[in-house]
Amino acid sequence: MKIVVCIKQVPDTTEIKIDPKTGTLIRDGVPSIMNPDDKSGLEMALQLKDENGAHVTVITMGPPQADLILREAYAMGVDRAIHLTDRKFAGADTLATSHALAGALRKIDFDLLITGRQAIDGDTAQVGPQIAEHLDLPQVSYLQDLKFDGVKTFTMKRHIEEGYQMLEVDAPCVVTVLSSANKARYMSVGGIVDAYQKEVEVWGFNEIEVDEANLGLKGSPTSVYKAFARGLKPAGELYEVETDEAVGIIINKLKEKFILN
Amino acid sequence: MNFSLTNEQELFQQMIRDFAENEVKPLAAEVDDRERFPIETVEKMAKIGIMGIPIPKQYGGAGGNNLMYTMAVEELSAACATTGVIVSAHTSLCAAPILENGTEAQKQKYLPKLASGEWIGAFGLTEPNAGTDAAGQQTIAVEDGDTYIINGSKIFITNAEFAHVYVIFAMTDKSKGTRGISAFIIEKDTPGFSIGKKEKKMGIRGSATCELIFENVVIPKDNLLGKLHKGFGIAMKTLDGGRIGIAAQALGIAQGAISETVKYVKERKQFGRPISGFQNTQFQLADMNTKTEASRMLVRKAANKKDKKLPYSVDAAMAKLYAAETAMEVTNKAVQLHGGYGYTREYPVERMMRDAKITEIYEGTSEVQRMVISANMLK
Repeated sequence: MKIVVCIKQVPDTTEIKIDPKTGTLIRDGVPSIMNPDDKSGLEMALQLKDENGAHVTVITMGPPQADLILREAYAMGVDRAIHLTDRKFAGADTLATSHALAGALRKIDFDLLITGRQAIDGDTAQVGPQIAEHLDLPQVSYLQDLKFDGVKTFTMKRHIEEGYQMLEVDAPCVVTVLSSANKARYMSVGGIVDAYQKEVEVWGFNEIEVDEANLGLKGSPTSVYKAFARGLKPAGELYEVETDEAVGIIINKLKEKFILN
Repeated sequence: MNFSLTNEQELFQQMIRDFAENEVKPLAAEVDDRERFPIETVEKMAKIGIMGIPIPKQYGGAGGNNLMYTMAVEELSAACATTGVIVSAHTSLCAAPILENGTEAQKQKYLPKLASGEWIGAFGLTEPNAGTDAAGQQTIAVEDGDTYIINGSKIFITNAEFAHVYVIFAMTDKSKGTRGISAFIIEKDTPGFSIGKKEKKMGIRGSATCELIFENVVIPKDNLLGKLHKGFGIAMKTLDGGRIGIAAQALGIAQGAISETVKYVKERKQFGRPISGFQNTQFQLADMNTKTEASRMLVRKAANKKDKKLPYSVDAAMAKLYAAETAMEVTNKAVQLHGGYGYTREYPVERMMRDAKITEIYEGTSEVQRMVISANMLK
């Protein structure tokens, strides 16, 4: 089985602050990480590899420093890494990003394409489904679990609002994975040592199959109108009382807000 | 000269920090309190290669270097000093002397099991009457045909209770003093070999420090490590390497105490404001951080020299001396800045202060490090 996983380098938003004057992200000193949903998608691929044997490729689109997450993927156990980077891709919204990725994926043979549900910097959850549309492949989003029958059918557990949906889908297909699906493995020490001996393939516009008009700023119908920081919440009320009394206070507060009847 | 980490080292640091934060730190207080060897952590470390960082790939190791190894011991010790010393004793004191002095057959037999973490390693030099004065060894090994028969005992042996293989030292010619000591490899289940009393310690309480007892232990001659009567040199060289590991442990303890203290002083309010607003707090923190960063430079310099196969004995002594004394000073200040809470087990700094003390004592006391450093200046 051949699996491709799309991954993205994002600022670690647990450590991020917004400049209250400009409304933009303060990126200085904020570490970059592999997007958590993507990391779970990668773990899902690696588990399929452990259980059934598979060839796993990771692909990312991003500036040169995104090389780091491809090395991280090598250190976790992937077989091939592709870095899509070209000035023509710059300024892309989700649609232009998905066009570029789909352009690259047309050049790669795969049975299963995995993306994370969404990236913690944009939270759109659009790129995975858009890629599936461009490639005209069946897609299943919000995946919690996936099993392979060893022939060509995947059994999938999909998270929906009311519970779970179980599906059977034949390869090839596209899935988007939730970070709660698994706990991603650590990079191994030996894997880290090897990661920098391996080749990351760098692909630009010339290496992929895509209409240039769909790329970068030109291919992006979305533009950000305004970004602003949410106001700070006032300090809460603090009670130091026994548990029974505390429960009573909480219930009254919830009733005041009509959360409880 | 380059003070930056490479991309590979940064990736490694990211991994080991995540691991320490998520797998090691949550157990630290309990491991200390119950004096429990964290075997489940060792298994997790084994799985991702932490038990064989500087061991070459050909012997089943990760193929990393000593700098990465010290970074690992630092980060692990910042979360839990017990876990730091388990890795340090295993790597520096057991796997390293086998790698550096073993025959090809010994390396093939022991290193893959040690590097994979399937086996844990330990080192036995100290005896009741032979601490810093290692020449006072009373454990003896007598040649008998194709074997050696070992009798005696060792004390204060880190990992003892959980180890599978031990590098130990014994007198093979008592008349020759240090020139009559030899090194041997002993496996756990060898008849006559047993583990004695477990010490109740001030700090690093999870590390299983015990006595080793040898009663007519018969081992094949193949288990002699290095040449006959050359054990003292092997012990000293091994401890030179070990000191880098312990220096990294001390560095980690200091860094761990700083992280806890920075968090605390921002939260703790007195006289209507966080105590981080007081100049005394700020100046103490500045001193703590400066000395810790200086320790880090010394540790990394020593590790870098070992990686480059340059003489590093004095660098290792300086790194250990300075990092250990800094750990003691920094943890003491950390407790002071925490006030009464710092003296309780509700906060981790009192544990760190107890853990720090041993770094001034084992693998060569601070006094021994001063002897090594000054001897080199005055030769």
